[in-house]
Amino acid sequence: MIRNSYFINIIRFVLLILVQVLVFNKLNFFGYINPMVYILFLYWYPIKEKRQLFLLLSFLLGFMVDLFSDTVALHAAATVTIAYLRPTIMRFCFGVNYEFQNFKLTNTTRAQQITFLALLIIIHHLVFFTLEIFSLANTLLILKKVLSISTATLILCLLLSSLFSVKKE
Amino acid sequence: MQQIINFILRYKNFLLYLFLLTISLALTVQSHSYHHSKYFNSSNWITGNIYKTTSSITTYFGLGEENKKLVEENKRLRTLLFNQKKEDSMQLDTANTIYKVIASQVIKNSYGLPRNYITINKGTINGIKPDMGVITSNGILGIVENTSKNFATVQSILNTKSRVNAKIKNTNHYGSLVWDTKDFNTVQLVDIERLVPLKIGDTIVTGASSSIFPENIPIGVIKKFDLNNSQSSYSLDIKLFNNMAAVKSIYVLDNVQREEIIELEAKTNNDSQ
Repeated sequence: MIRNSYFINIIRFVLLILVQVLVFNKLNFFGYINPMVYILFLYWYPIKEKRQLFLLLSFLLGFMVDLFSDTVALHAAATVTIAYLRPTIMRFCFGVNYEFQNFKLTNTTRAQQITFLALLIIIHHLVFFTLEIFSLANTLLILKKVLSISTATLILCLLLSSLFSVKKE
Repeated sequence: MQQIINFILRYKNFLLYLFLLTISLALTVQSHSYHHSKYFNSSNWITGNIYKTTSSITTYFGLGEENKKLVEENKRLRTLLFNQKKEDSMQLDTANTIYKVIASQVIKNSYGLPRNYITINKGTINGIKPDMGVITSNGILGIVENTSKNFATVQSILNTKSRVNAKIKNTNHYGSLVWDTKDFNTVQLVDIERLVPLKIGDTIVTGASSSIFPENIPIGVIKKFDLNNSQSSYSLDIKLFNNMAAVKSIYVLDNVQREEIIELEAKTNNDSQ
């Protein structure tokens, strides 16, 4: 069972990077909207696993996407930030529930899941575009990009996660 | 000592996060201020080969269009050749050429970011070096920034770090070509003197004061022009001839005399100091 979950996570890791760089980075909807679906890795990652490994994996995930899209380390910085903040966000979304041993993402309500995903995406994009544009003079531009691309990412992530979700009994 | 270890143990997650964030921030800030990172770019072996494989599949869908473009270019070049005034036979001797041309294909293109890079499928073994000019049949595309053995990344003109010398065709009014990141079909030409007569639709070409591009490579046409804030010079919006979203076949220009020029300039600078 444990080996199985490792296996699934490795497959996810590779597939999400490939899907991100080969499909979604080329979308350029309205000229600039490229949804970042690889955030789903952090959404799906098991909760009870070691945090250090999770941080390192997130960094690696972001960094691989960076390599492909020639953005040096922007994705890595943003991804490692949400990886670090993930427990805090989970506590905010699911209350104390999530600390119980038998807590599972599939047992929570739809609204809670969407809030969790949306928070991850918004924080990620906020960090990403602030670093990318790198000037506070363009706050409006940053906000515009964060809003539009977050929406696109959220919609696509929800679609993907419902497509590949584990069946509920 | 005990306390320090305790402290580290207690905040190990936070310290790890801080460490990783510092690495990424350092890399990012460094690339903002200076050259793009030499190692972490898409010209490396893994990314280059993955892009090459996918692009070899996707290019099939655009072959017809690409052929038409190339025939069109051939037609234009033939017309130029047949209407040349000179009577003597064509010079096929390559000893006198200043620019060598290397043909290549785009395997990854981006135009939605503030700093766009294009990856091409030729590298150092094909003679590609950093700081070579890259053009398409329609006009200017960018400058080679990093190379690996089989691949190279090109800093697109759609990059906030890019500054290319450009002028208004058939005049000697120079300016710098920059990009304001707003629209991928429009770039800006700044520092054109106030006295210059401008008309919408005038053609913009590359200038002569660069050893990267030959003079008179087409760039685009003037779409709009305004005086800048200090009212001293014009800032122009240029509509590009190239469709930056659909570049495929490209030419890399190798200036044979560039090393000599750079050497001479360095020497002159040293002497004058």
